[in-house]
Amino acid sequence: MVKEIERAGIPVVHVCTVTPISMTVGANRIVPAVAIPHPLGNPALPANEEKALRRNIVEKALKALETEVSEQTIFE
Amino acid sequence: MSKIKIVHYINQFFAQIGGEEMADYKPEVREGIVGPGAAFMAAFGDEAEIVATVICGDSYFNENVEEAKKTVIDMVKKYNPDLFIAGPAFNAGRYGVACGTIADAVKTELGIPVLTGMYEENPGADMFKAKVYMVATKNSAAGMRDAVGKMAPLALKLARKEKIGASCEEGYMPNGIRVNFFEEKRGSARAVDMLLKKLAGKPFTTEFPMPAFDRVAPNPAVKDMAHAKVALVTSGGIVPKGNPDHIESSSASHYGKYDIEGVMDLTAETYETAHGGYDPVYANEDSDRVLPVDVLRDMEKEGKIGSLHRYFYTTVGNGTAVKSAKAFAAEYAQELKADGVDCVILTST
Repeated sequence: MVKEIERAGIPVVHVCTVTPISMTVGANRIVPAVAIPHPLGNPALPANEEKALRRNIVEKALKALETEVSEQTIFE
Repeated sequence: MSKIKIVHYINQFFAQIGGEEMADYKPEVREGIVGPGAAFMAAFGDEAEIVATVICGDSYFNENVEEAKKTVIDMVKKYNPDLFIAGPAFNAGRYGVACGTIADAVKTELGIPVLTGMYEENPGADMFKAKVYMVATKNSAAGMRDAVGKMAPLALKLARKEKIGASCEEGYMPNGIRVNFFEEKRGSARAVDMLLKKLAGKPFTTEFPMPAFDRVAPNPAVKDMAHAKVALVTSGGIVPKGNPDHIESSSASHYGKYDIEGVMDLTAETYETAHGGYDPVYANEDSDRVLPVDVLRDMEKEGKIGSLHRYFYTTVGNGTAVKSAKAFAAEYAQELKADGVDCVILTST
């Protein structure tokens, strides 16, 4: 799906936990996530800290979209 | 000759420990066979024995790769086996990646032959088929008998260090290794034979399949995020509560498009996941954990992004055919484009 969105001409960032899969599939901008069942959250944290964690990942994702890349890049 | 000693690797599901709720299960080793090991043992007869089975949860393995690899290798090492078998994983993505990763690691670290098996579309296949012997299986555990039928003979050959034939003879996925040999007929004669078959509409086998590299060049970066329209897409199956379009929990046949105008936060009362391939508890409690609507609304208010697109697109990426996913996205990407979306955040579980 990432590739088809990219092919349509829209920059896309893939947020996922198992980044090697994303590399194999062919995403160009990749941001690592927290865990498979909760990529953008952590139920062990209090609600406000969890939201801050999510915000941090979304900010990284937007940063990735604002960054020019020439090859597949993981934004740690 | 003494019996061949094998250590077998399986996940929590095949060990009958549990489903997704047990996917965090840490590596455990048990003497003898567990689950599908029985089918292998039946196929081996007196030739070989599975001396131990290592069990590990799929999420645990993929989220703690280095630790899991180390623990499992130590477990395998103790038994000093002649061969290591992982899976088969069929079309279970995380299990396939785990099987490929651990088989490759055991081969490198312990220097013993390894074998795994999975469906060709499993992400673990492309990642590891060139590194370890990997048998192509059907896409579900209903194909266990077929998988064991192909894996067991190859396993014995590998353990005995016999010569391994071509991928099409032995049933493993082509690994890119070419072997020189003399054909009976010369090239021109074979090419004409092929051409005649092709003209007659008969099946023929190419001697040089073209590699399928499908890479898309990255698009230019977003210049002005404060005025950009950002859309959310997910393969994590987030849907309005009740799953109104009945997106399947696995092998999805369609995707959903949902209006989130005025939605500031996804709650347990309003949204859930339709995905059957991960523990749904956390996503059902708070779907923002998969589809971060709450945070993007905040950022929209703060002027960090121009706007959050009115619709999000969603499907279930669990055993869903690559062909289907490609078709879904090719379709909705045109809509996103027509709606003036500047960039997409796609989340996966």
